Amino acid sequence: MNTFDWIVLLLTMIGIAAYGAWHTRHTDHLDTYLKGSRTMRWGTIGISVMATQASAITFLSIPGQGFESGIGFVQNYFGLPLALIIVCAVFLPIYRQLGVYTAYEFLGQRFDAKTRLLGAGLFLLQRGLAAGVTIYAPAIILATVLGWRLELTIIATGVVVIIYTVTGGSEAVSLTQKWQMGVIFGGMVTAFFILLARLPPGLGFGGAAHIAGAMGKLQAVDFSLNPDKRYTLWTGLFGGLFLSLSYFGTDQSQVQRYIGGAALREGRLGLVFNALLKIPMQFSILLLGALLFVFYQFHPAPVFYNRVEWRHNATGTNAAVFQALDERNATLHLVKQEKIHTWLDARDHGDTVAEPAARVAMLQAEADTETVRKEARAALRAANPLAQTKDSDYVFIGFILDQLPHGVIGLLIAVMIAAALGSKAGELNALGTTTTIDLWRHFRPLAAHDEARNVRAAKWLTAMWGVVAIAFALFAGFSENLIEAINIIGSIFYGVVLGIFLVAFFLKGVGGTAVFWAAVAAQTLIFALFLLRHRYPGLDISYLWYNLIGCAACVVFSLLLQATLGSDRTATATAHPL
Amino acid sequence: MKRPPPKPATDDESPGVPGFRTWRGIYLFVFVFFLLVVALLTLFSRLFA
Repeated sequence: MNTFDWIVLLLTMIGIAAYGAWHTRHTDHLDTYLKGSRTMRWGTIGISVMATQASAITFLSIPGQGFESGIGFVQNYFGLPLALIIVCAVFLPIYRQLGVYTAYEFLGQRFDAKTRLLGAGLFLLQRGLAAGVTIYAPAIILATVLGWRLELTIIATGVVVIIYTVTGGSEAVSLTQKWQMGVIFGGMVTAFFILLARLPPGLGFGGAAHIAGAMGKLQAVDFSLNPDKRYTLWTGLFGGLFLSLSYFGTDQSQVQRYIGGAALREGRLGLVFNALLKIPMQFSILLLGALLFVFYQFHPAPVFYNRVEWRHNATGTNAAVFQALDERNATLHLVKQEKIHTWLDARDHGDTVAEPAARVAMLQAEADTETVRKEARAALRAANPLAQTKDSDYVFIGFILDQLPHGVIGLLIAVMIAAALGSKAGELNALGTTTTIDLWRHFRPLAAHDEARNVRAAKWLTAMWGVVAIAFALFAGFSENLIEAINIIGSIFYGVVLGIFLVAFFLKGVGGTAVFWAAVAAQTLIFALFLLRHRYPGLDISYLWYNLIGCAACVVFSLLLQATLGSDRTATATAHPL
Repeated sequence: MKRPPPKPATDDESPGVPGFRTWRGIYLFVFVFFLLVVALLTLFSRLFA
């Protein structure tokens, strides 16, 4: 990065944050601070929902996913439009009608105080842990590639987001997210067109797509019923519906984005905006990754894309091994280029005899280079067991730094940081709000009538979560396993929380006591499944299933308990005034 | 039991979007658009396979 890149980066990032903080500096009404401006329209809400979901990892990792495994990951989002229809039709009107600040407040009104505290507690536990990773994960990649100091990157991005989130609350979050998404869209479109322009002359989008397709990178929809396949139409539809319903319907970081606004219509249209655009957007990012794959077929491709990690470990006795792998990769890469050109010639000339043979030879050449890449990862692991051997996250950032002109590099780094700030702000805002409304006001009911005191408490609690997130990111240790651990923690809690909400919405005969103990039992079941998975191999299932099992168990246990308790017992349950 | 969830009574409101008189129409449009996207993605996969 040169001075011009730094100017673009700092102007974009500090400018947006300062604008958000300044524009909302007089936000002193609790309603505006927690729900955003009452004049907010559907476009702002829709972009805010999108920005909260799209973290920096989305723009770093998803092109890498397209590069490595193709665009089949898009199926993961197939359940999202259907889930958003349900949220629009059922969840949102009830939240607005009750005038709640948090989704868990609704549980208090529908059931009782203990169920509300359980829902809020599960959210704070899960999202509070994830908050540190939202800062840490992109920081480790940017710090590694750009040579920045990791702790300074974490503190700088964390402090910026704390300042404007605390100053302007929900309104500042939505306002800044709108501009941050503008930067993100602008940057990604620029990168896409520059990538197309850097492809070999005459190849164009069609030729590149044919190469990517022939190499298995453009299989977007897989109708297979094979349960071993991770991404198919069916896992996307059912798993995706379930996860999206949990996330958009019950996670306060999303609920807070759409319960405000001028009218119910604005929130609904904001969600419809996401239901329509999310799959095309994710497809475009994955396609960018698949085109990056084609780009690197015609340009020198490293054997391992995290070059900093590779060079760092290529010392001493390892140097010769690493150099040999680099050389083998370079040789095989040239062979592969030749095979690709042969296949393109056969295809362009309509040679139906030579084309299949050329395709087989091309695929064999690709398999050979993939073998060397696997050997490189093994060599890296042998040289340093703590080394990060997953390099797909570094493909896009490597392309940005090596291939894009100055100025655009600054813009694309701004894209990553804007995405980190946008999702982080949504999380902090939700954590501060839930702590204020569901815990602080609950335990200090007299303070609930003092609006100024409420706003002050919300600001302090938001700042506190920001500091917790920074501290967690600074002392968390290693990123790769941690991210997976956080995903597992999310899946452990998400299903049960969704189960509580589904009972609240659809099982009107079930009361607070039944659903509370059912949720506790379901959560215990999930903990047991998780903890006993190594002792009993039959229980060692993918953690994504915890979502479904937790939700189903909560619903079934609620019905059974309600039938056992009878309506008299639940009528005298520990209902607590809000 | 404390209280049942209130009935969302706003589904009959006009969404105020040209061409749509009800929210059900909008939801149907989202669903049909989703089917169209899946069909186009399938076509895309076949075209470049």
